Amino acid sequence: MTPVLFIIIPLASAFLIALIGRKREFLAPALSSLATVTLLGFSVLTYFRLGSGILVYELGGWKMPFGIALVLDAFGAFMLVIVSLIALTSLLFSFRYIAHLGPDWKYYALFMILVSGMNGVLITGDLFNLFVFTEIALFAAFALVAYGGRAHELEAAFKYAVMASVSSSLILAAIAVVYSATSTLTMAHVSVAMAGASPGLKIWVGALFLAGFGLKAAIIPFHAWLPDAHSSAPAPISAMLSGVLIKALGIYVLVRIFFNILGAPHVFLQAFLVLGAISLLLGVFLAVGQWDLKRLLAYHSISQIGYILLGIGLNTSLGMAGAVFHLLNHALFKSLLFYNAGSLEMGLGTRDLRKMGNITRLMPVTAHSSMVASLAISGIPPFNGFFSKLLIIIAAVNAHQPVYALVAVVGSLLTLSSFMKVQRYGIRGENPVERLQSRPGWGMNAAMVILAVLCLFTSLLIVPGIKESVLDPVAAAIMSKTGYAAAVLGGR
Amino acid sequence: MIIYLLCFALFLIGLYGLITKRDLIKIILASGIMGYAVNLMIVLFGYRRGAVYPILEKGKEAAVMVDPLPQALVLTSIVIELGTTAMLVALAIRLFNKYKTFDITKIRRLRG
Repeated sequence: MTPVLFIIIPLASAFLIALIGRKREFLAPALSSLATVTLLGFSVLTYFRLGSGILVYELGGWKMPFGIALVLDAFGAFMLVIVSLIALTSLLFSFRYIAHLGPDWKYYALFMILVSGMNGVLITGDLFNLFVFTEIALFAAFALVAYGGRAHELEAAFKYAVMASVSSSLILAAIAVVYSATSTLTMAHVSVAMAGASPGLKIWVGALFLAGFGLKAAIIPFHAWLPDAHSSAPAPISAMLSGVLIKALGIYVLVRIFFNILGAPHVFLQAFLVLGAISLLLGVFLAVGQWDLKRLLAYHSISQIGYILLGIGLNTSLGMAGAVFHLLNHALFKSLLFYNAGSLEMGLGTRDLRKMGNITRLMPVTAHSSMVASLAISGIPPFNGFFSKLLIIIAAVNAHQPVYALVAVVGSLLTLSSFMKVQRYGIRGENPVERLQSRPGWGMNAAMVILAVLCLFTSLLIVPGIKESVLDPVAAAIMSKTGYAAAVLGGR
Repeated sequence: MIIYLLCFALFLIGLYGLITKRDLIKIILASGIMGYAVNLMIVLFGYRRGAVYPILEKGKEAAVMVDPLPQALVLTSIVIELGTTAMLVALAIRLFNKYKTFDITKIRRLRG
């Protein structure tokens, strides 16, 4: 099984959908779900077969410094599982939701291009190739944000596209600097060449990459586009953007570049800690004041990304395991919350928390799964969010950074308060809503139930024994730092 | 050195336009200028003084050549930029149809 399948399957299905999807209405959803199920199966299989090994595939048989290499290690495979899982539930949710906006094969084709762009970013071993896949994913994302064609959606997409073009320019400049300094673009070779580079060069390259990919991850000084884009997109796409896109294009790439290529320079770890703490607190402060449910969730994405950055910046294997765990958990509960918001918007015709009410009786699945997700994101014990936050907090204390541990605790409390607001005014609100505009279909309910169950079951990843076999290889792959290069160059 | 500074100045002009302009079309142009500056920088990195084009021919002795890879990268990046510009223009046209203006101060509906 070659890693190139992770690009070929979604890309081929996108073009097939574009070709034959318009003939019969059921073909587009059927093809895209077939592709995503296959991807999920492959990614889970690859993840467990790979263990802590590394898979290198040279496209077209061109040897490494000349051709483009695809590299799959535990971290990449772990992210592939998350992408496929969220993509599958998002499709399940889309069948009914998108039919309600108007049946369209274009949606499914764009969706599969989004998936192939993200998968490409996750498995590529070449810096410029990574840039190209980032752009593929982003193009699909702009079009999907604007999919509804209403005024505010177009505006959000425009804002998003302008911001993304700025960040792409910065990333391209960074890649140019890397190329001129090291004369190679293969990540492993760059990593070897950068080991002997002057600190000044590392700062230059790192600053450009941090600004470029920080914009895509919506870390706080670069966050302005996120609340608009993520709240204007159709609900399943918001789930994809908030759940996986900002992680695959933002966090994953930042970790890959700063840990595996630049070897975790101290100044950037400090920057991660500081930016993470600021994002964590400011994101949640901005979220508490929102009445628009999807905007509130979008601001929470900024804050949760802050947690992940905090865990990464600690630079200990416990902190890294916590960050990786939180990455998975945030994908699960944030996607679930966006599905809840989508089903509420479909049922009640509003996203304003003050206009909701009577949800427990009219939409029991939505009400109960949103309860699970709210508890999980606020870090209440039996759910996954508690354990990952706990890991990050313990790691912060162990690393003698009590201030950041305190920030994480305060952030968690504020998260709890803002989700109590959602539950109190929204789900258990007092508006006498008598009937729904349209009922959520079985697919939407199934997507919500699957994620709610996973929110509970992924807590098991913390159990000793399971943690060692699932989370630790991923953390080890990141913490091996420039050992990545040796593994790629030696493990052929 | 001066040529790199000019290239950087071009980048800053693009950034300035992107931040200060109120017109959708001017914003698109500004983002294009930023892209040009970066592309120019990549080509400059591959440039060698007095070098020839990187093609071996019969009867031509091997001399110092410019680096061909940045040129290939720039081609890709130009295509990507074309795509971004097309997407931005398409969105601007749809926005114009909704609001009958290109002025972003009159379009602002999303705040906070």
